[in-house]
Amino acid sequence: MAQEATKKAGSTNKVVVFLKENMGIIGALLVLCVFLAVFPATSGSFLTSKNIFNVLRQISTNMFLACGMTMVIILGGIDLSVGSIIALAGVLAAGCVSRYNLPIAVALIVGVLIGLVIGVFNGFVISSTTIPPFIVTLATMNIARGLAKVYTGGSPVRVVTKEWQFVGAGYVGFVPVPVILMIIVLIITALIMNKTKMGRHIYAVGGNAQAAVFSGIKVARVKFFVHAFSGVMAGLAGIVLASRMYSGQPTAGEGAEMDAIAAVVVGGTSMAGGSGKIGGTIIGALIIGILNNGLNLLNVNSFWQDVVKGIVILLAVFIDYVKNTKSKE
Amino acid sequence: MEHIHKRFPGVYALNDVNYELRAGEVHALLGENGAGKSTLIKVLGGIYHPEEGEIYIDGKKVAINGVRDAQDNGIAIIHQELVLVPHMTVAENIFLGREHGSGILINRKKMTEEAQALLDAQEINIDAGVLIKDLTIAQQQMVEIVKAISYNSKILVMDEPTSSISDKEVAFLFQTMRKLTDKGVGIVYISHKMSELEEICDRVTIMRDGQYVGTKVVKETTKDDLIAMMVGRELTNYYTRDYQEAGETLLKCEHISDGKMVQDASFELNKGEIIGFAGLVGAGRSETMKCIFGLTKGAKGDVYVKGKKVNVNSPIDALKHGIALVPEDRKLEGLYHVQSVRFNSTIEVLGEFIHGISVDGKKEVDITQKYIDMMSTKTPTQEQTIGNLSGGNQQKVMIGRWLATNPEILILDEPTRGVDVGAKSEIYAIMNQLVKEGMSIIMISSELPEIINMSDRVYVMAEGHVAGCLDHTEVTQEAIMQLAAN
Repeated sequence: MAQEATKKAGSTNKVVVFLKENMGIIGALLVLCVFLAVFPATSGSFLTSKNIFNVLRQISTNMFLACGMTMVIILGGIDLSVGSIIALAGVLAAGCVSRYNLPIAVALIVGVLIGLVIGVFNGFVISSTTIPPFIVTLATMNIARGLAKVYTGGSPVRVVTKEWQFVGAGYVGFVPVPVILMIIVLIITALIMNKTKMGRHIYAVGGNAQAAVFSGIKVARVKFFVHAFSGVMAGLAGIVLASRMYSGQPTAGEGAEMDAIAAVVVGGTSMAGGSGKIGGTIIGALIIGILNNGLNLLNVNSFWQDVVKGIVILLAVFIDYVKNTKSKE
Repeated sequence: MEHIHKRFPGVYALNDVNYELRAGEVHALLGENGAGKSTLIKVLGGIYHPEEGEIYIDGKKVAINGVRDAQDNGIAIIHQELVLVPHMTVAENIFLGREHGSGILINRKKMTEEAQALLDAQEINIDAGVLIKDLTIAQQQMVEIVKAISYNSKILVMDEPTSSISDKEVAFLFQTMRKLTDKGVGIVYISHKMSELEEICDRVTIMRDGQYVGTKVVKETTKDDLIAMMVGRELTNYYTRDYQEAGETLLKCEHISDGKMVQDASFELNKGEIIGFAGLVGAGRSETMKCIFGLTKGAKGDVYVKGKKVNVNSPIDALKHGIALVPEDRKLEGLYHVQSVRFNSTIEVLGEFIHGISVDGKKEVDITQKYIDMMSTKTPTQEQTIGNLSGGNQQKVMIGRWLATNPEILILDEPTRGVDVGAKSEIYAIMNQLVKEGMSIIMISSELPEIINMSDRVYVMAEGHVAGCLDHTEVTQEAIMQLAAN
């Protein structure tokens, strides 16, 4: 009996389980790709290596945010400040180069540190009080956005140095640098969530915070870590975007937190916390990114793009809902 | 209700079930978890629709297709989890969904007056103007009952109403129930507590595995008969306990206080012993254990393990000193509901198979399986979501989770609450086995038979301190209640 169960558990391939659980969105992703590859208006341009790397590069900033957001949402919270962190990290990093003539490496580190600082602040308030994360990060969202505008006076901070563009628009071989960064970040996130004690603790705190206290889990430390991580991810997104746009813009990343939340939710992570997978988030971010790209290739006007995006989010979550209610019965 | 059938995909939840309730009787519905009691109640309440079967009220066949139909037919259900709105007043809750008033304006004054009249009629001492959240659980239950009565219900269903209230409050609840039956209301009563059946119920219907087993008059049957009908076999040893010579003093707690519920509690635990903690709800038993387990900030008092004074400021400290605590409220304090049995089994011992970023998956599976086997937990796979298991199996996973930490001192807070009789008996047997192997157990329980039959010694707490200690040779329900009531 014992052996039988062990064997059963051991032979369940994790990849197979993942594919089964996410059949809906994986199917949606495939349908979307096949459609774009076959449809006459896009078949010529979609499946070119240039376009594919282009899509991946565009997705990368959202993917950074979504990595942090996945952890935050599994924890049962939310981080609204990430979009504003993009702006603040971007303008300060750009300012380091154009205003203070600091080396580019230092500027990039400053950008990421800005994200860390705001993330740490979020984490500190959320872990030491019972103020809801929604409120705390709503406040820091406004503060960071405001600071970015104060610092720049509302206009972009331009950087003319060529090397500045490496992080956002450069290549290693034929692969764009942001794509490489994205892969590294995804690996780190997956490792933390699946292979460390911290990962288990995130699921535990998100699933039942009070039980986690009885389990001897340092709940405050887990919350602190997750929000700091989310901040760092946003800082990283900030410098990548600033680099790609040759400038730090105080309006950069407006609404980016919503795209990140959308990627996480489309990827099957429950807003109630306690469950979700980074693999789902990857697919969620891909769907949203490829959808954007496809609509651009089809020359759909950007107002309608928002409508389509909204419908797709609703559909994806609805499929999930139908599946869950079925499995419960 | 006659020949009720209800099927779910893969499960035959109700198979030809009959249930008859007479006016003015309390009729218990008895069965293990998963026997189909809740499903039957949901059919009566209009939440589920049976594939076959008829429901008759006052001899007339009725169709109950929704919650409204049930209400219109005079059926009121008081669920185990109370469904009152915490931030509204008692009156507003009683009249929720049928507020008095003209047009869109609510006549608050009239509503409060009427609610107060209803409360007074039942001699319930609650102000209709206070908010629900300021009431005790027992008081909230009274409000639920008054709400049910206010619909002029002829049939009242009560699902485990006594699971979280004190004995004194239970007595008042029973009084209220008798008043209702005197007026001809029929009450369907669901409970796991056998002792209550004799006290309040007239007849009892037993269900097992979705099937109707039989109906008995309570006075003409014995507890053992009922248990045998529930589990489908004779439970020869409901309680397993082999008393043994206790070893040296393992844990000594002196002058434990938390400044609120616990006032200067002292006790000791010897090796190979089970000590029981009895007392009324609110006597400070769970709170005392939380102090010892490092969950209470600013707790005072001295804790000695094997004669050495130890500082326990967090559960991690407690585990280091070999103390584990299985919490009282499984749902709130124990389960990670959406996670698997495996996740839930191993969360305390992650350090044994996760080092840095390397996870020893086989070891994780082995640990989980070890405690599934040890506790004979029934689960299809280790990946099963724990929320889908029965209460008894969830509790077994909880106990296994803490046993995995290899404690010398195991604190069990209400280890059999919401657990069916079969699983209860198994948990007792495991406790007995554990102390035989040298573990020491502290068991908090509100079920006196359990305390009396399992403990070497019984500490009785009252108002935050230890009112007395009784040896198992001298312990009786009366002796415990005398100390508890102080």
